[in-house]
Amino acid sequence: MIPAPELQKNSQDDSLPALQVDDLHKRYGQHEVLKGISLTANQGDVISILGSSGSGKSTLLRCLNLLEKPYRGSIHLAGEQLAMKANRDGELQPASRRQLESFRARMGFVFQNFNLWPHLTLQDNVALAPTQVFGKSKKQAREEAVALLDKVGLADKRLAYPLQLSGGQQQRVAIARTLAMEPEVLLFDEPTSALDPELVNEVLGVMRKLADEGRTMLIVTHEMRFARDVSSQVMFLHQGQVEELSPPDVFFTNPASTRCREFLSSHL
Amino acid sequence: MDLHGFGHLLLAGTWVTLKLAFVSLVFGLLLGLLGALAKRSSFFPLRWVGNLYTTLMRGLPELLLVLLIYFGTSQLLELTFGVYVEISAFAAGVAALSIAFGAYATEVFRAALQELPKGQVEAAQALGLSPWQTFWHVMLPQLWRLALPGLGNLFLVLLKDTALVSVIGLEDIMRQAYVASGYTKLPFTFYLAAAGIYLTLTIVFMQLLGWLEKRAGRGHLEASR
Repeated sequence: MIPAPELQKNSQDDSLPALQVDDLHKRYGQHEVLKGISLTANQGDVISILGSSGSGKSTLLRCLNLLEKPYRGSIHLAGEQLAMKANRDGELQPASRRQLESFRARMGFVFQNFNLWPHLTLQDNVALAPTQVFGKSKKQAREEAVALLDKVGLADKRLAYPLQLSGGQQQRVAIARTLAMEPEVLLFDEPTSALDPELVNEVLGVMRKLADEGRTMLIVTHEMRFARDVSSQVMFLHQGQVEELSPPDVFFTNPASTRCREFLSSHL
Repeated sequence: MDLHGFGHLLLAGTWVTLKLAFVSLVFGLLLGLLGALAKRSSFFPLRWVGNLYTTLMRGLPELLLVLLIYFGTSQLLELTFGVYVEISAFAAGVAALSIAFGAYATEVFRAALQELPKGQVEAAQALGLSPWQTFWHVMLPQLWRLALPGLGNLFLVLLKDTALVSVIGLEDIMRQAYVASGYTKLPFTFYLAAAGIYLTLTIVFMQLLGWLEKRAGRGHLEASR
C-alpha cells in the first residue's frame, strides 16, 4: 500500500524539478524511436510536445511511466530516481515493482482513447484506484470521486456508465480519475485527438483550468492555439530528437529550427 | 405418469446429476482460467503446458476420459505403490468432467482475453494498480461478461455429459432410469421421465444464464438502448 499524498510528510523540496528526464532512448528492434531526450519540468510548468506522427512524442510520454520500456536514460520525480535495470534484451525494467507503482500513482496519465472501464459507474471508475492503491475506504473514495466529477462538470452522471457518455464527457471522467490520485505531474497523450471537433473544447476547458491551478503538465497535442495559450514551454520533436524547445511566444513566431518552421506553416 | 414408486429414485438421481455438474463447473472454470492465462503467458514452458492440455483433452472422447480416470488411476496407484485404492466414482466423474470442461473453457477465456481492450489494462497500470489488482478489478469482471455466453453453452453440454458417469456406477438420473426400467420393464416410461428432467433443468439454467448475461452486461446494454 502506498500512503495517500495528503498523509505523506511534506519533504518535497520545491526547488527540485517536478520531473526530470535525462538522455532517454527507446528502440523497437533495430529502429531507434527516441534518440536521447532530456527534459526538465519545474513545479507548475506546462510543456506542450508537438511533432508530426512518428516523431516519438507519444512514445516519450509512455516511456515516462514505463508503459513502454526505454533502453537507456533516467527519470527523476521530485528528485527521486526511478530505479531501473537492464534485462536480457537490453530494455530497462523497473528494479522495484513497489517503486514503479508509486511513481505511476504520482504521475497521472490521460489516454487518447480515455480507457475508462465500462463495467464500473463513473464514480467507481474514479474511486477504484484510491481504494486499491492508497487503501482509502470505499465511502471516502466515492465522496471524493463525486467532488472530482463535479469539478469536470459531470457530478449528476455519477451513477451512469462510461459507454452512455459522449467522447468529450468520457475524457473528462478520465481526467477526474487521474486527479483522484493527486498526482504531482499530469501526462496527456493527445487527449482530444479521438474526439469529434465540437467536443474538443469541453476537454481543453478542463485542462486549462488545471493549468491555471498551477499543476505540472506535459501535453502531447495537435491543438496549436491551446498550446500557445497555456504552455510555459513548447517542445518540438523530430525523428526522436528535440528539435526546438522554447517559450510559446518564441516558438510560434520565431523558432530557430527550420523543420519546426515548416511544421508550423503546415499546421497553423 | 405412473412411476411405480421409482419417483424418489429419479429425484435422488437428479440431485446427484446437479452436484456433479456444479462441482465440475467450479473446478472446470478454474482450470479454464488457468489454462487461458498459461496459454497467454510470456513464459514459454507455461504456453507449452497450456497447449498440451487443450490439445489432449479436446482430442479424447469424454467417455474414454471417465473410464481412464476411474479404472486407470486405481491401476496406476497399485502399480506404483503396491496398494489397491478404490477411487470414488463421484471424484472420478468430477475429475473427468472438469478436465474436459476446463479444456474447452480455456479457449473461451482465451478468446475473451483477446477481446479485452489493452488500453483498459494500461489505464489500471498507469494509476499504480498492481498486476493482481488489475486482474481482479479490471480484467476479471469484463472477462466474465465476454466469456459468459460461451461458458453457458459449455455448461449446458456439461449438464448432459454427466450422464456418462452412469457407466462407472454413479447413481445419476440416467443410471436410475436404467435401473427402474430394467426392474419394471417399462423403458419408455422411465427414459421419457429422464428426458423430461434433463429438459427441465436445461430450460431453468437457460433462464438463469440469460439473467446472468444481462447482469454482466451492465454498462453495455444500457448504452445501446
